[in-house]
Amino acid sequence: MAETKIYLDNAATTKISDSVLDAMLPWLKDGYGNPSSIYTLGRQAAIALNTARSQVAKALGCEDSEVYFTSCGSESDNWALVSTAKMMAAKGKKHIISSAFEHHAILHTLQALEKEGFEVTYLPVYENGIVKVDDVEKAIRPDTALVTIMYANNEIGTIQPIPEIGEVCRAKGVIFHTDAVQAVGNVHINVKEQNIDMLSLSGHKIHAQKGVGVLYVNKKYRLAPFINGGAQERGRRAGTENIPAIVGLGVAITEAVAKIDEKNAKLRAFQDKIINEVMKIDRVHLNGDRTKRLAGNLNFSFEGVEGESLLLQLDLQGIAASSGSACTSGSLDPSHVLLAIGLPHEVAHGSLRISMSEYTTEEEIDRLLEVLPAIVTKLRGMSPLWEHILKGETFKIK
Amino acid sequence: MIYSEKVMDHFANPRNIGEIENADGVGEVGNAKCGDIMKMYLKIDGGVITDVKFKTFGCGAAIATSSIATEMIKGKPLDEALKLTNKAVIEALDGLPPAKIHCSVLAEQAIKSAIADYYTRQGVDPTPFVGKLEDHCDTCCEV
Repeated sequence: MAETKIYLDNAATTKISDSVLDAMLPWLKDGYGNPSSIYTLGRQAAIALNTARSQVAKALGCEDSEVYFTSCGSESDNWALVSTAKMMAAKGKKHIISSAFEHHAILHTLQALEKEGFEVTYLPVYENGIVKVDDVEKAIRPDTALVTIMYANNEIGTIQPIPEIGEVCRAKGVIFHTDAVQAVGNVHINVKEQNIDMLSLSGHKIHAQKGVGVLYVNKKYRLAPFINGGAQERGRRAGTENIPAIVGLGVAITEAVAKIDEKNAKLRAFQDKIINEVMKIDRVHLNGDRTKRLAGNLNFSFEGVEGESLLLQLDLQGIAASSGSACTSGSLDPSHVLLAIGLPHEVAHGSLRISMSEYTTEEEIDRLLEVLPAIVTKLRGMSPLWEHILKGETFKIK
Repeated sequence: MIYSEKVMDHFANPRNIGEIENADGVGEVGNAKCGDIMKMYLKIDGGVITDVKFKTFGCGAAIATSSIATEMIKGKPLDEALKLTNKAVIEALDGLPPAKIHCSVLAEQAIKSAIADYYTRQGVDPTPFVGKLEDHCDTCCEV
């Protein structure tokens, strides 16, 4: 199989940047001390940990003491939801508001809470893939414990009206959590100005390594630990800190936030170019709002084509991308995100997600645009579904 | 989820792809909602499959299973082609990931469906030869 030459799956994970790797290496070699230890080796690690915490706090606009390091974005989501739910249940509040197209780290945690007697309202995301602030306001009840809405969707990249939702929650006195795994480093975030009480993020989406995340928690709230044990993270999250990964995350988030505008200007131009070219293909749909989306994200559905075949064909050309197709995930149902924005199953199966990073080049985009139409034509040529579509024998699209 | 070299070979270079004009039997199974449709065209002479072509909408495994299945039945008498099991298709491909087993079932069903169509066109009830064609799609698209 051809080697991957063009990486367009940055919403799945990103490469570690050189500066992040350089910052991490000393902590993987000589700086192996445990930050809880009192001697020099330990103290050095503790200082590195504090530095990284300050870097994250600065990037999010919060205080150092509100930053908790975790093992990943999923842990941050689980912790925020489960511990907040328990805390609020003690006050008789057992209603949670979320959206229909959250990441599974949120959705599956909410489903587990439902089994424990919590009630969850899943707000619609409409055809453009955006939650309405008005819907959030109307859904809030006296017993609402928590609102959790993602900052940007991981599949279709649509950016949610987070500051406005935060304002509504603040006015109604409801805790507001956002899964910002896809948004950090792509959108300007300030948790204080945007009235965010809790925020999850992940290192490996912003050129740090896998296995490190953050949960920001407004100091008003004292969340019970999710991982019990030692006194790390001020007694809130046990487990010896992953110093190399945390140091890398500190550097990565600092760089990512500093480069947002410059990167987005470049990626918006690529995004426009891709949309203009791809939309020339017959019976193709752009999923999610045309403009209120991450600059690096594109998600298309090609009628009559199955997503995994599309990915494998791109792979044969050395291009790595992703699909909302069920087949890639091992489950046979198509993406819950694409179904939530109203795509029929038949069309949802034929989706392609392209996600770019600051390292994406125009040559790479040109190469993608050179091979993609031919691949779609080839797959349609062997697709009985395409025959049916041309004869008008199949599903209807709104 | 990892595909074998054999699966990737049949995906990248599918054998017997296309249609047969004036085919003697055509079978189509699966549905778009589940994400896979296979269509098989057979040319049959003296009870032997002299030519076979396929078209598939589906994942890599769906394309690879239909491709190898056509190779396995080409030149075979009908009774032998009807004995082709999904298990034999999986073995010929050096295995399939568990989530893709249904693709091999679909390939088996597509052949049976095309042969049933041939018998029907001959005015012969296909049931004694082909058996009852099952709808494979009972677990994959709970809506």
